[in-house]
Amino acid sequence: MYDSPSLETKVTDKAIKIAAQNVQVFYGDTHAIKDVNVQIQDKTVTAFIGPSGCGKSTFLRCLNRMNDTIDICRVEGDILLDGEDIYDKRVDPVQLRAKVGMVFQKPNPFPKSIYDNIAYGPRIHGLAKSKADLDEIVEKSLRRGAIWDEVKDRLHAPGTGLSGGQQQRLCIARAVATEPEVLLMDEPCSALDPIATGQVEELIDELRDSYSVVIVTHSMQQAARVSQKTAFFHLGNLVEYGETSQIFTNPVDSRTESYITGRIG
Amino acid sequence: MPATWIFLIVLALAAIGYVLGRSRALASAGGDSRHLHSLPSYYGANAALLALVPSLLVLVIWLFAQPLVIQNRVEHLVPETSYETEGELSLLMSDVRRIADGLDLAVERGALTEDEASDIRVEFTDIRERLGAVGVALGSDVQAPMLAAAKAWREMNASGNLIRTVVVLLVALAGFGLGLTRARKDFRARNSVEKVIKGLLIVAASLAILTTLGIVLSLLFNTIEFFRLYPALDFFFGTTWAPSFGGGSELGILPLLWGTLYISIIALAVAVPIGLFAAVYLSEYASPAVRSFAKPLIEVLAGIPTIVYGLFALLTVGPLLFQAFGPGTLGWMGGGRAVMTAGLVMGIMLIPFVSSLSDDIINAVPQAMRDGSLGLGATKSETVKQVVLPAALPGIVGAILLAASRAIGETMIVVLGAGAAARLSMNPFEAMTTVTAKIVSQLTGDADFASPEALVAFALGMTLFVITLGLNVFALWIVRKYREQYE
Ligand SMILES: Nc1ncnc2c1ncn2[C@@H]1O[C@H](COP(=O)(O)OP(=O)(O)OP(=O)(O)O)[C@@H](O)[C@H]1O
Ligand SMILES: [Mg+2]
Repeated sequence: MYDSPSLETKVTDKAIKIAAQNVQVFYGDTHAIKDVNVQIQDKTVTAFIGPSGCGKSTFLRCLNRMNDTIDICRVEGDILLDGEDIYDKRVDPVQLRAKVGMVFQKPNPFPKSIYDNIAYGPRIHGLAKSKADLDEIVEKSLRRGAIWDEVKDRLHAPGTGLSGGQQQRLCIARAVATEPEVLLMDEPCSALDPIATGQVEELIDELRDSYSVVIVTHSMQQAARVSQKTAFFHLGNLVEYGETSQIFTNPVDSRTESYITGRIG
Repeated sequence: MPATWIFLIVLALAAIGYVLGRSRALASAGGDSRHLHSLPSYYGANAALLALVPSLLVLVIWLFAQPLVIQNRVEHLVPETSYETEGELSLLMSDVRRIADGLDLAVERGALTEDEASDIRVEFTDIRERLGAVGVALGSDVQAPMLAAAKAWREMNASGNLIRTVVVLLVALAGFGLGLTRARKDFRARNSVEKVIKGLLIVAASLAILTTLGIVLSLLFNTIEFFRLYPALDFFFGTTWAPSFGGGSELGILPLLWGTLYISIIALAVAVPIGLFAAVYLSEYASPAVRSFAKPLIEVLAGIPTIVYGLFALLTVGPLLFQAFGPGTLGWMGGGRAVMTAGLVMGIMLIPFVSSLSDDIINAVPQAMRDGSLGLGATKSETVKQVVLPAALPGIVGAILLAASRAIGETMIVVLGAGAAARLSMNPFEAMTTVTAKIVSQLTGDADFASPEALVAFALGMTLFVITLGLNVFALWIVRKYREQYE
């Protein structure tokens, strides 16, 4: 579907971080993802767009095996991270998720203090040598999550007491704190005002220097602003995948064009 | 007319009221229910409730009040020389009732005619024998004044019953009529039914509260009575429990409290870890197939009567422990009955209690919480320990305290498993006993209810009540404290 020659050459510019081949996902009898092939590059921001219910979150959750927690969910096909199949029996999903972090569609802070929310991952993975180390990680993560100024005076207040948008940024900071190689973000700005959105977008841009970021968004402007690659999903199919600039200015598939111009959705 | 018949008539009246009220309301709107303020059935229900509720209320109050009133008026017929205390009087009065009821029964069976029954005289008839023939056994021969009292009772009862029938039916008819006159199209039947229902709910709630209050008050009064006969200090701080019904008993609660506490602690030490781990396994690790089969199985344990657990303690666990720790080996245990035996078995009894409650609570923790933790690369057990259990903690503490209340209140397992010796000892392999077991043994037997040895049961019950109440308050406090911290 996305075999325009100009694209192929640019895809090879950077290393492939995640390669999905013939991925199918079923919830019981519902076929939620249909034969998706996609290659996500390292040090790139990839945007997933598409109408509600088309399977963006489902596909995103395949990339760090979060679908394992849903009993009725079945994944077929291969997903390779750095060339290794993540659905291989020998792969430990726990290790995988430390490498492929995730920010969920609904903010889900733990019923712990703000500090403990951020320190959760680093503590589990032993990333801090000392208390001072941990303090530093927490501060840095909160700054990257664009929420430090709002919470620096109440680090020991419960994270569940924050506003929806603050919780969302807290969850971003929490995911960043474990230093994942790939960060999957499911609508990270859905509850944020323009200023906080701008700050999160800056963070995403900054993360691109060292990691690969996949972001699901309903905002075309956001996809255009932050991503280099865009994938358009529709009814479980990956309709089109390519350079963001090309998708937004000159889509190959008519469905992509209709969606971007606001006729499907 | 007997109360059952009155009840059935009122019920029938209410049913008729429903049908008539409904059709009258419809008729007043010209047959089109859209012109009515409420749905037609509300007008019917309104008439039915008006016929039913006030009259039944009167009936119930009458049923309770009539015997009291009659008793009050018949009492003076019993000569004052024949009794000394209130207790004896009440015994005599119950004899009077038996004779009265016996005469009624005899008339009903045809053993006596109504005239014979009202003219019967001790001088001419052996009443004891005649009543014995219809199945009413009397303890002694009937004295003349008693018979006179019984006759007075019968008369008053008969006229009381007649008035009762008339009054109740009149009230029912009045309600019925009112309900029907109100069944017009502008009447707000829906609101009025709503009010009646609210009233009924309030009555139900207050009945529950009032009975509790009544129980507590009766405990309290008897406890005060006990402390008049026995010094409170000796009761609360006495270290020997040695009741003797001849008098001069020592009634110190400490050995009993210690037994209760010791057995409960052992029981909780068994039940809490096992129950909690079982709950975590079932809710977090087990596949749906295992869960759907194991959870009901564990809950079956909760349905076993405690006496069966008691037998299990007496016949299986006790002898096993005796073999392991008895004179043959370590010599710690003098017999099968011990704190350990009762504690272990009680712990087993509490496992399903803890696990099933905790399982529900753990399941109520949102999946998003677990996803958040797993998504950061935490393992399942890390997630359980650091996210799920803390989030479920208030509920789990509640479950544990509930289990503790049950352990403290348990009696059968103690009687059969721990023995009856009140003892202050640290050795868990010795026989001890608890507050509840002693309440039973103080009240069974021929004890005089006015003696301190019997009244002490109420003081023990009151102490137990205060302890469980304290436990519940403590549980609430913990839950609230936790909420403040995390919500
Ligand atoms: N846990 C689940 N059980 C059953 N079906 C599911 C489950 N989660 C998602 N689905 C189904 O899979 C399809 C894709 O859902 P998904 O959440 O991936 O959509 P989405 O693209 O993220 O939508 P949105 O933009 O609204 O978040 C939907 O039809 C949905 O009903
Ligand atoms: Mg989604």
